[in-house]
Amino acid sequence: MATTTTKPETLFGKKIRRREDPRLLTGTATYLDDIKMPGMHHACVVRSPHAAARIKSLNVKPALARPGVTAVFTGADVKDLGPIPCGASLPGLRTPHHHILAQDRVYLVGHPVAVVVATDRYIAADAVDLIEVDYEVLPAVSDPEKALAPGAPAVHPQWPDNTAFTFHQEGGDITGAFAQAEVVVKQRITSQRLIPTSMETRGVVADWHAGDKSLTLWSSTQIPHLLRTLLAGILGMPENHLRVITPEVGGGFGSKLNVYAEEALMAFVSMRIGKPVKWVESRRENFLCTIHGRGHVDYFELAARRDGTMLGLRLKLIQDLGAYHQLLTPAIPTLSVLMMPGLYKFKNISADIVGVFTNCTPTDAYRGAGRPEATHGIERMVDILAAELKMDPAELRRKNFVGKDEFPFQTATGLAYDSGNYVLPLDTALAEIDYPALRREQQQARASGKLMGIGLSTYGEICAIGPSPATPAGGWESATVKIEPSGKITVMTGASPHGQGEETTFAQIVADELGVDIDDVVVVHGDTAIVQYGIGTFGSRGTAIGGTALYYALQELKGKVKKFGAMLLECDDVALAGGKCVDERSGKSVPFAQVAAASYRAMKLPPNTQPGLVATYFWEPPNFTFPFGAHVVITDVDRETGQVSIRRYVAVDDCGKIINPLIVAGQVHGGVAQGLGQALWEQAVYDENGQLLSGELTDYALPRAHMMPWIESSHTETPSPVNPLGVKGVGEAGTIGCSPAVVNSVVDALSHLGVRHIDMPLTPEKVWKLIQGGRA
Amino acid sequence: MKRTIALSINGKSHADEVEPRLLLIHYLREMASLTGPHIACETSTCGACTVMLDGKAVKSCTMFAVQADGRKILTIEGLATNGKLDPLQEAFWNEHGLQCGFCTPGMILTAKQLLNDNPNPTDEEIRKSIEGNLCRCTGYQHIVNAVKAAAAKAGA
Repeated sequence: MATTTTKPETLFGKKIRRREDPRLLTGTATYLDDIKMPGMHHACVVRSPHAAARIKSLNVKPALARPGVTAVFTGADVKDLGPIPCGASLPGLRTPHHHILAQDRVYLVGHPVAVVVATDRYIAADAVDLIEVDYEVLPAVSDPEKALAPGAPAVHPQWPDNTAFTFHQEGGDITGAFAQAEVVVKQRITSQRLIPTSMETRGVVADWHAGDKSLTLWSSTQIPHLLRTLLAGILGMPENHLRVITPEVGGGFGSKLNVYAEEALMAFVSMRIGKPVKWVESRRENFLCTIHGRGHVDYFELAARRDGTMLGLRLKLIQDLGAYHQLLTPAIPTLSVLMMPGLYKFKNISADIVGVFTNCTPTDAYRGAGRPEATHGIERMVDILAAELKMDPAELRRKNFVGKDEFPFQTATGLAYDSGNYVLPLDTALAEIDYPALRREQQQARASGKLMGIGLSTYGEICAIGPSPATPAGGWESATVKIEPSGKITVMTGASPHGQGEETTFAQIVADELGVDIDDVVVVHGDTAIVQYGIGTFGSRGTAIGGTALYYALQELKGKVKKFGAMLLECDDVALAGGKCVDERSGKSVPFAQVAAASYRAMKLPPNTQPGLVATYFWEPPNFTFPFGAHVVITDVDRETGQVSIRRYVAVDDCGKIINPLIVAGQVHGGVAQGLGQALWEQAVYDENGQLLSGELTDYALPRAHMMPWIESSHTETPSPVNPLGVKGVGEAGTIGCSPAVVNSVVDALSHLGVRHIDMPLTPEKVWKLIQGGRA
Repeated sequence: MKRTIALSINGKSHADEVEPRLLLIHYLREMASLTGPHIACETSTCGACTVMLDGKAVKSCTMFAVQADGRKILTIEGLATNGKLDPLQEAFWNEHGLQCGFCTPGMILTAKQLLNDNPNPTDEEIRKSIEGNLCRCTGYQHIVNAVKAAAAKAGA
């Protein structure tokens, strides 16, 4: 749809510094824990120290006797509320009833058993230690493959095989593909459990108003509207009596795309004590009680011809679900299956998922959510095939890429890739590093005993999640644009940004479409009492879907503005430019503020036109978008210590059209940091009893500034035909592209020693053992 | 049981009765009503609670409020002068050195200490100096750019 804006300079594509930053830079933003209210109480949760146990007795009296303690609630108090919802539906899915507080049994370390409410957070914490719980400890299982073995402890006694579901998907003729194959490579590949670790932990403030039976709930969440709907269900409260507000949110990465026990629990507490109550998650709780990511054991088999033509891919996927289903837990591995062919044109796949209960924290959507696992798998398998065929890994990829004239491309997994030019970022990245020269250098390095690797990953991803039929709760997004009587513009978006910068990118879209100054635009989000229903921010959807909803709302609004402008200028049609309606024939114009004022004053109205200037649009996307790119990583491996150093990190990403290059660069850098964290350092480690050994930031190796390489980031721009902005989404690209490039690079460095695969994280110990000729 | 402490926060005098076990971060947030210093780990690992104590960046989750008695504290709220942002705040803004913003106040004050000690740091020195401050959003690259830009501006 063409814009009628004649403003010479547009903001689309410009590096605009963010409009949300002043409050963040001065410490004056209001995050959850900054909320204070008169009479506010503080809650602390009593949690199980055991991964599996029966609760024999629970004595809360000593805690209640502590001065300052207002109330203690246990499982018996909340047994009729809930359950905590799982939005995923799969055939035959076994879903354990997920109570807000444990009833007679606990299923994981950190399982909430009781809540203490006090006038002060120190008193609440003191009182937690006064609650006496007598546990009968039961056998637990923390490893998903062990959980599937006969005789393993049953996480949920009613399902002794620990299997929550099995899921089969097939496309093309997989049997035929393997029958034709001249070579088949097989590999077991894991994607370890990760802890999302937003810098701000979760938190909830609940404030019950008995007079009108309404509840206001502040939560550090990515999905305020979905939370309101689902929470109303848990509490048995009319949805329109519940208002959910997201204050400033200090990061989410998928971990706040959920509905958690504490959100319902604080609502319940405030209703019972008649006071506002606050709960803020400790980091220890964050590691135990907020969802984890990944947790895959994947068995891949790739069939090919000797000339490198890939024919088919088989996958057996074991997903560690943890003890319960959170909002999307069982759905995440199905996303891996959708993405398993990567950027390659073979049309035969077969996947079998087994979802396994363990006595661990539930897994769910963490940055990439199923797609990093799939991309890691296919990109490792391509390199393993290249090694087997003694082909250059770049050449093998080129040979199998979907061609740039083959879009839309129907995949064997049922997707229609929207647009792409997969060779372009690969060739751009390889030219950037001078690939042939590096391969020569590698030969010389090897001759002198040095270990140097060059690793590629050419990734694709599924973004703009997504068309409603493909999602559990609607995949559209909404926007309302109002031109106020003074001519200033207010946008209300159903997206819920929490660091992604959409207060800025959305204002850029408005400024361009209406031809106004960006400083006249305010973007509002995250309050269900103010903003029309929306879905939220996750799955690289904010701009691609929320921005598009805004674009269409603006088109409607422009139509109305023009009617009023034409009426005032007494002409047939006007253009919008420079904050004015302009009659291009006479050159006469009327300022925007005057048009707005006239629309609200309504002394005279254009035919069939309502007073006021407001437009709302709910946009349903016809398809996902499919960004892609190439990451190339050059590593040096220390033969004596197994230490991996990244010499260069080159990322060429194609996320479609770019609205704000500064923000896109930030998303790529942050995404790569999380991918690199998985590749080299991070791992949620459980012992065999289900104790989380990496249970604090002291024991979990998050990337720090001195550990990160310089990321050389650039872009190719292949517009998406799915939306009029041509954007695809970039929030998860860095994470998805990164880990296979790093692992491929290190395996490449060690390949002449007979190393074919290494599972993440690539700790020096693991790498050193392989160099010594041992096993990782 | 409670003890009286008197200290200066962002140039203003404060006197309060506090429990000896009260952490400085809780004093600053709950009693002095500041919202800049944040709590993100409680184990001294992340640096979100960083403030300047007598001109040195410290993690206020690992100090008791009573240990700040008689001392001068600067938090992010006190960094701008007369509404004009500090060059570091300005540089973090220009270079997109923040996303969710939760680590930002601590990150900026740690960088402030670096630039006080070393006005022309190399990339390597910047990365080493902020290694005690975790950021999960930016991958640190724009933060390094911001600190370099602030240093260049001060030196210009």
